[in-house]
Order: sequence, then structure tokens, then C-alpha cells
Amino acid sequence: MMETNYTFDFSTALADRRIPNPILTASGTAGSGKELSQFFPLSDIGAVVTKSIMLKPRSGRATPRMAETPSGMLNSIGLQGPGIDIFLENDIPWLVSQGARIIVSIAGETVEDYAVLARKLRSVPGITALEVNISCPNVENRGQVFACNPATAREAISAVRRNIGGELPIFAKLSPDVTDIVSIATEVVDAGADGLALINTILGMVIDTNTMFPRLSQKTGGLSGPAIRPVAVRAIYQVHAALPNVPIIGMGGVASGRDAFELVLAGASAISVGTATFGNPTAAISIKEELENILIEKGFATFHQAIGFAHREEI
Amino acid sequence: MEMPTINTRAQQMDAEVISNKRLGAYNHIVLAVNEIATYAKPGNFVAISVGGAGSSMVLRRAFAIYRAQIRPDGQGVMELVVAPHGNGSKWLASREPGESVNIVAPLGTAFGIPTEPVRALLIGGGYGSAPLFALAENLKAKGCRVDMVLGASTAAKIYAPLEGKRSVNSMTLTTDDGSAGTRGRVSDVLPSIIEQNQIEIIYSCGPMAMLSAITDIANRFGVIHQCSVEESMACGIGVCMTCVLPVEGRDGITRMVRTCIEGPVMDGSKVTWSKSREIPDGVWGK
Repeated sequence: MMETNYTFDFSTALADRRIPNPILTASGTAGSGKELSQFFPLSDIGAVVTKSIMLKPRSGRATPRMAETPSGMLNSIGLQGPGIDIFLENDIPWLVSQGARIIVSIAGETVEDYAVLARKLRSVPGITALEVNISCPNVENRGQVFACNPATAREAISAVRRNIGGELPIFAKLSPDVTDIVSIATEVVDAGADGLALINTILGMVIDTNTMFPRLSQKTGGLSGPAIRPVAVRAIYQVHAALPNVPIIGMGGVASGRDAFELVLAGASAISVGTATFGNPTAAISIKEELENILIEKGFATFHQAIGFAHREEI
Repeated sequence: MEMPTINTRAQQMDAEVISNKRLGAYNHIVLAVNEIATYAKPGNFVAISVGGAGSSMVLRRAFAIYRAQIRPDGQGVMELVVAPHGNGSKWLASREPGESVNIVAPLGTAFGIPTEPVRALLIGGGYGSAPLFALAENLKAKGCRVDMVLGASTAAKIYAPLEGKRSVNSMTLTTDDGSAGTRGRVSDVLPSIIEQNQIEIIYSCGPMAMLSAITDIANRFGVIHQCSVEESMACGIGVCMTCVLPVEGRDGITRMVRTCIEGPVMDGSKVTWSKSREIPDGVWGK
């Protein structure tokens, strides 16, 4: 056992913003924040990533919206939410009042939507960063997923960059459902993204063998949970290798400190916890504590030292 | 617009299994809990983690609370009636006394108890009868007349413990196969019971198709209908957005609301009951 008479530095940087620890909620898995605040103070985690907010109120998709799968689940919520105006009026002031650091996730149906959302957010106080969701699998037409095509990914991100001003860091959330995620990542960084959020859910389907129809009303849904963790590790590893200076918010099936550590070794500067929260409301807190213990046990003096550590040369 | 919040009494805890007994098609499970036993009201539910550490079942399972109380010896207990259907409920139904399960409870809304004595009809489908017996006791304590109708596909699937039967004025059974009570659905016997007993309020719990049919009858007779809905949930605490139903709010606008927070007990007349796998027209944000 090594001496630990120093204070372990658990803080991390999201572009030019520093947060006290690297554990975040994953977009769309923390409600408005209020629900989880009954189980732990939101200021105890690095930041709350909000649900992906759109321009207008949105009902989301019909039920069934969910199917459990081996070590995971499919969802087709369809970005249910109140729209940006009500969100700014209710959610943001409440999160600020809790002392939570806030990463606002935004999603648009058109490039113009992203531009308008960025303009509405540019002068809102209390926001640490933007996560630009260009990869939701539950949009009207899967063919329109911005992150599946370098050109549309670029358009959406540059629209946000142009309209947000130079202040707020923006993280582009990408889909793993592409042939070459590195080329998409390179494109959005070139278009002005300060960082990346990897990975969104993977498109999947479950067929009910009793009814002999797809289980979800929308037939397809996004797969999340530990089942997709190796895909997340692979995507983060590949992108970090190509773009070592671009901060990555890693996510995909993290359910323990060990899992979070795996994504950090691959190259993540922060870790979002999503599906694990459904099974355990205090998952983010236990993962944070476990990760800190693992890092100290392994002999890291700072969290920063561990980022991308799996990329070091073998001796 | 006020943001709805989860049941403010909800706590996460490890609860030891005190007993687990097979009763017909169901398991009656008693859990040792803390003071949440005093806060759990009929209609509230519990979300339970299943499968143990490292399980491939990543989502909580929601169960209606059958009964919760502080025993004379000071021990809080929460009782559940579990139908071992899927892998999660089968795992729970096979827990031995002394083992622990992780629970979050009490969650959701409870059945409303009238301030004046009324003539109430309680309707349960299958294991949906579970929360109705504690409700019946509360209503009786308020001086209400309580009639009960329980329905299921077959006699073995009717959950009606002896002490439950004692807490009601009349008990009517229906089964699809006629193996107990009247052959048919609960909705077949409702109109005559409502008329004969001059029912003023209906409380129900069971499958959605049954709740929808009861709502039609309740509306026809102008009777209040509080129903406990059953939409599949991933979390039980309002963060996954999977358990939604179209429900009309006080402002007259129908929204997709989370049944884990604004339910499971809801005013049946405000729910847009629909079998279609589409968002009904007119829902906010469609």
C-alpha cells in the first residue's frame, strides 16, 4: 500500500472549464435533476448533463418505449421535453439554486434549430458547457441523424459554434453507428467543437416472440447499458488516438468505478452515467467513490494522469 | 408550471426478506424496512433491484405495495404479492428469508381517501388486487361501505386472502373460464353492482384494458374512478421517461406524463385510453 498523505486531485477539465470530479449524468437519464436530488446533492457530481432540449415542446414517442435486453435496454423516448423556453424558465434556475454545474444538451431537427438553440443559450448564466446531440437515434427519420454523415455533422456543429459565441465550450455527441467514427470526430472538431461526447446509444430492435411484432411502438430503439461498453471503449480509444488533445466525455454502460476507469484509460476526460441510474438512483455517487479509490490504489496522483493511460507505449 | 417531484418519502435501502410464501399463483413476500412503513399508503409502489450483483437484468421492477405497517415489536414491514412471470419477478419470488433486496419506496401516488363516508367499489384484476385490501381497511375505518370485485383468467389467479375478504361488505368474483364466480370479465358485473349499491367512487388496479373498460362504465354512471395504472417502467423514480401515458392536466392540456410520479393512481376520466401504438392527436408537443 502506498502512502496517501497528499490530496488526490480528482478534478478534470472540459475544454477551458474545470470541474471538481469527472462523474456526470448522461443526457436523458436524470430527469430535470430534481428527481435524483432526493438521493444525493447534485453538487456532489462533476456536472448534471440535462435531457436533450429542443426548440418546441415534444411529446416523445408512443409506448412501449422500453425493452430490457441482456445487460442493457432499448429505449425510444423520442426526446420528450418541454422545449427550450420552459426549460430555461424552470430547469436551469432550479439546477443553479442547487449548486449543480450544468451541461446543457441540445438537439435539433434542422441546422437552423441548432443555431436558434445556441442563440437562446449564449447569454444564460450558470452553464458550464453545451453537449450538442447530433446523434439521437429516435428522430423521425434515422437517415437524418446529423452525426452519421461528416457534412451534416459539420453543418450542425458550425451552426452552434457561430451562434454560441466564443465563451461556452461545446461537446459534439456522436453515434457509434458509423463506419469511421474518427472521420466524423475530426470533422466536428474542425467545425469548432471543443470536445466530444462518445457514445450515444446503438440502434437496435427486439421482437416479442409471443406477439411476433417488434416490442417497441417505433420498432427500433437505442441500446444502452453494459452491453455496449466495449463499443464505447473502442470508439473512445480510436478517437483519443487520433485527436489526443480533444477532451472526451465518455459514456456507454458504465455501472461501476471499474467501468469508468476503463473509459478513462481509453481516453475519456469525464464519464457520464446513464442506464446505471435506472437500476440504482445513487449509481453516480458510488461510481465516483469507486473510481477515486481505484485511481489512488493504482498510484495516480491526479485524475488527469490516468486519461488515455492505455495508449502508453508498452515497455 | 410546477415541476412534479417524486414521492418525497422515498428512500433507497437494503431490506431483508422476513418471509416468502407461495399462495396459489403468487408469492407473498414480507420485507423488513425502516420508518418508510409508516409513509407507504395503498397505491404506492416499490422499485426493486433484481438478479443480484453483476446481473444482466439492469432495470428495477415495480411492485404495488400490498400492505406496510410497524409491528408491535417496532419492526417496520412491507408486504408484497408477486406474480412470478418474468425473470425478474421469478428471481424475487425465489428469495429465501434472511436474504436482502435493494428497494426504493414508497414511490408514486396513493389512492385518495374521502373525508366523508361513501359507498366505494374496489376492483382488482389478477395480482392487481394486492393494494386493494389495505385500501379497503382504510375506507372501512372511515365508515365507508366497501364492495369488491376481483377478476382473473382462472380461479388460481385470483388473489383474495381470508383477512382481505373480512374487510369488505361484499365480494364478487369473475373468471374468464368460469372456474370461480361469474364467467366473464369484471366489466360484465359492474353496472348492476354500481346500481344496486349506489356506488359513489370506484378504485381499481389491474391490466390497462380492464382500467379502460371500467373508465367507460364509470363515466356512464357519473362515478369517480381512481385507477392504478400499469405501464412498464425502467427506473420508478421519474428519470427514464418510459412509463408515460397521455393524461389531461388541470389546465385542460393532455400531456405524456410519467406514471411513476403522477401515478400510478390517476383519475381514470383524465387518461386517454388507447390501444394504438401512436401518440393520440391533441397531445402537447405531438
